[in-house]
Order: sequence, then C-alpha cells, then structure tokens
Amino acid sequence: MATTLIADAPVDVDDEGFLTDPAQWNEAIAEAIARENGIPQLTDRHWLVVRFMRERYLATGMAPSIRALGKESGVPVKELYELFPKGPAKLAAKIGGIPKPKGCI
Amino acid sequence: MAKQIVILGGGTGGTMTANRLRRRFDEDEAEVHVVDRDDRHVYQPGLLFVPFGLTGVEDIVRPRARQLRKGITFHEQAVESVEPERDRVLLEDGTALPYDVLVIATGARLQPEETEGLTGPGWNERAFTFYTPEGAERLRQALDWFDGGRIVVNLVDMPIKCPVAPLEFTFLTDWFLRENGVRSRTELVYATPLDAAFTKPVASEHLAGLLEEKEIELVTELNAGEVDGVGGKLIGYDGREVDFDLLVTVPLHGGAEYLERSPGLADALGFVPTDTSTLQATASPNVFALGDATDLPASKAGSVTHFEAEVLTENVERHLAGKELVAGFDGHANCFIETGFHKALLIDFNYDTEPLPGHYPSAFGLPLLKESRLNHLGKLMFQWVYWHALLPGRDIPGIGPEMPTRGKKLTART
Repeated sequence: MATTLIADAPVDVDDEGFLTDPAQWNEAIAEAIARENGIPQLTDRHWLVVRFMRERYLATGMAPSIRALGKESGVPVKELYELFPKGPAKLAAKIGGIPKPKGCI
Repeated sequence: MAKQIVILGGGTGGTMTANRLRRRFDEDEAEVHVVDRDDRHVYQPGLLFVPFGLTGVEDIVRPRARQLRKGITFHEQAVESVEPERDRVLLEDGTALPYDVLVIATGARLQPEETEGLTGPGWNERAFTFYTPEGAERLRQALDWFDGGRIVVNLVDMPIKCPVAPLEFTFLTDWFLRENGVRSRTELVYATPLDAAFTKPVASEHLAGLLEEKEIELVTELNAGEVDGVGGKLIGYDGREVDFDLLVTVPLHGGAEYLERSPGLADALGFVPTDTSTLQATASPNVFALGDATDLPASKAGSVTHFEAEVLTENVERHLAGKELVAGFDGHANCFIETGFHKALLIDFNYDTEPLPGHYPSAFGLPLLKESRLNHLGKLMFQWVYWHALLPGRDIPGIGPEMPTRGKKLTART
C-alpha cells in the first residue's frame, strides 16, 4: 500500500492502483484513473455503471459481479465490455474508488 | 397462543435452525414448520467426490424429514410466494401458512441456462457440472472413459456455493488422472473470472506454487458468455476462446424462484438482502435469512450457515420477546480444501480477516493454509459431524460463531 497523488489529491492505493479507502474518492479522481486506463472521457453511460458499482459496494460491502452489473445497472453486459474494455467489473471498481473484487482465498 | 415459526428450506440452514428453535421453545410456546419441495437432503460437500468414484450419490442423500426433531411439522410442498405485508406464505397446493417469524433458508439455485449455449448440444456429454447429484454422476461416467485431451474447469461468475470447490475439483482431477496414468496425455486448465486462482494476499503467498506444481494452466479474468458444446469452445465476453474436450462448469447461481414472485424480498439475482450481523432481512423485521439464500458478503458454505444459525436462533427468540437483536455474526467461515493425494488445506476467516496461517481452533489444532493429511481426514470425518452434530443443532466444543485468533499468525501487513 502506498500514498499517491491522483488529480492533485493524496489517496491510498494498493499495488494495482485500487483505492483502499473509498472515502478519499471524488469525480476528478475517477476521471484521472479512467484516462490512465484507456478511457479518455467518462460518458453518462460510464458514470451510470461507476456510480452503481460504488453505491452497491458502500451499501453491501461487496462489489457487484459483471452479471449483477448487467442485470441491475441498466447497462447490458455486451455494452459493459464496450465501455470498459477487458474487465468491466474490475475497471469500474477502480474508477469508482472501491477495492478490487476478490474471491475467498 | 403458540407463535408460528415458518422456515422455508429443509437443507443445511433450515434444518439446523428448526432443530435449534424446537429446543428453545416449548411446543405450546411456538410451532415450528419447515417447507421444502422434496424430501432429499443432499450432503453437498460430498458432491465433489462423486465424479472420482470416491463416494456414491446414494451415500450423500438422506430424507429431509428424518433430520428434523420431534415436534417440527414438515411440509413437502413447493413455495408459490411469500406475502410479507400479510405475514403469510402461499404453497403450491394453495395452502396459506401464516407466520409470526419467517426464516428464509432456500439456498441458491443453479442457472446453467443463463449462459448462452451451455445447456444446448453437448450438455452432459462434453460439458458437465458436479454441483448437482445427477451432474456429478454423469461426470463420473465421463471421467471413467476419459483417455486424454483438454479438460477445462470454469466457474462462470461469483457468487457460487463453496467458492473453493472448483479449485478442489481441479486438484482432485490432477490426482485422479495421475492415478489412472492419463495425466501425461491431458492438459488441465483452470479458468476463472477473477484475476488469480488465489486472490487473498496471504493465501496467494502460501499457495501460489500449487498450480505450477500440479501443472495446471491458469486462465484469468475470463467472463464466460457462451459455450459451444459441439465445437468444444468456452467463449468470453471479451472474445477470448478457450478450447476444451471436456468442460466442467460451475454455472451461474441465483436465489430460489418463488422469491422472484415475492414482493421486496430479493435482489435482482434472487438473493435476500440481509443485515450482515443480525441476519434480519431488510424487507421486514419478522423475516430472517441465512445460508446461501442471503446476499451477505460471506462465503456460501455450510460452515458459514452453521455459525449463522446460532446467531439467527438467538435473534428469532429476541424478536418474539420484543428485545433488541444481537449483532453477533462476523462472517466467520472455515473450509477444508482438498488438494489431492490424500491431503487437504484448511482455511478460517471472516468479513474482516483474510485466511491466515497457524492452527485452528487454537495452537494445538489443525494446520491452517498448509497441505496436510490430517486436514484430509478432517474433511472425510466431517460428513459424520454434519449429520450427527451440525444438523441436530448441537454445539461443538471449542467451535463458536466468532472467528478465533488464538493459534493464528497475525503478522502485521503493510
């Protein structure tokens, strides 16, 4: 774990750049992480997913899986892959300032 | 008048809860009803061993009603729906069961049909699951005839029951194929939607070598969107294709179907939003939930359900007495993980603490996060413990709902 500056704000991140304290997050940080990960501009559709992801994590302590995102966020899985190439759940979690989704071991 | 306690589901959670509540209340204080659509109680951890001929389906199934104490009414009926605003359950035959307290313990339902092509041509011929007794038996026959090729083990997406089972299955397959002399002609692949086989830092530090040692190929971050059971292809949403001769899938999971017809009780996947520490459902103060049916960020595993049952029964009693609930559940889980060759690992963890090395339940217990023969014997012995101690709702000395820290190496991490 290390402290780093993202969008001029000091934040704690893990080895892969996921925020470890969701309270340190803000929208400027989200945009900076998105740019760094190949998404030049966050559209309304991106924001819909990122906010859903974040709110769900803050409410339940668990980041939703790609399938839950597809069913509940209002954005179908195919589009999720267009919005967040490679790994939508993981990238949306990173942009949303919540920890990386994990298994139990 | 006697209070009405209705428990939906006669599996691990429902049976334990019913037996514990029956002991807590005199029969004139409370009636205890258990509803299930069939009378087959499956010892689910045993399913892992069926494909390798190590146990038979008949050895792991018992009648549900027989696991319930005297004084519990068993209804062999499917649930049509729950009407939380009227405090009653409707059964498929039209019966209405009114309740003072409802306990939801209907577990998780497998949904292989939600993955495109999975249940199409090739299902139970080239693509199998060992998560049902029938599927496990079909897979046993396929492995019996298997003479080399490419085996892919895939969990489609979390959450799943017993999150370590797909890894255990992979380890046991490696062992089985070596015993039968076909391992050198087989490629064994573990494909996961997560970014590693082991995702918790301490576990991955201790276990990273296992896959390499066993020559298991790892495919990560694969979100399977489609299966071609004839062409032998597992296709990711990102377009990646993983070829197989034999696919062992852990299909998508959701909650029981009646929950979709019960207003406000379940989320979009059919799991019941539940308070993480009191086990009260968010839908209503007189509804509680435990086990695989909940949306809790804990493992869907029998050990978790067992620890939950202790807290839940206490809270049902408190609710009926008008007392404040206890926030007693901490996410405690422990699991034996078969690694093949008569060895197993043991892990113990909760919501906040990841699996750590050391010993369980204290310094002189079973080794944690380390392969050992003792853990394998523990796993085998567990079936006896399940039927004779866990389901009847007996407390096991030294094994409580809260995660123990004695015996663990709680080294500070940065």
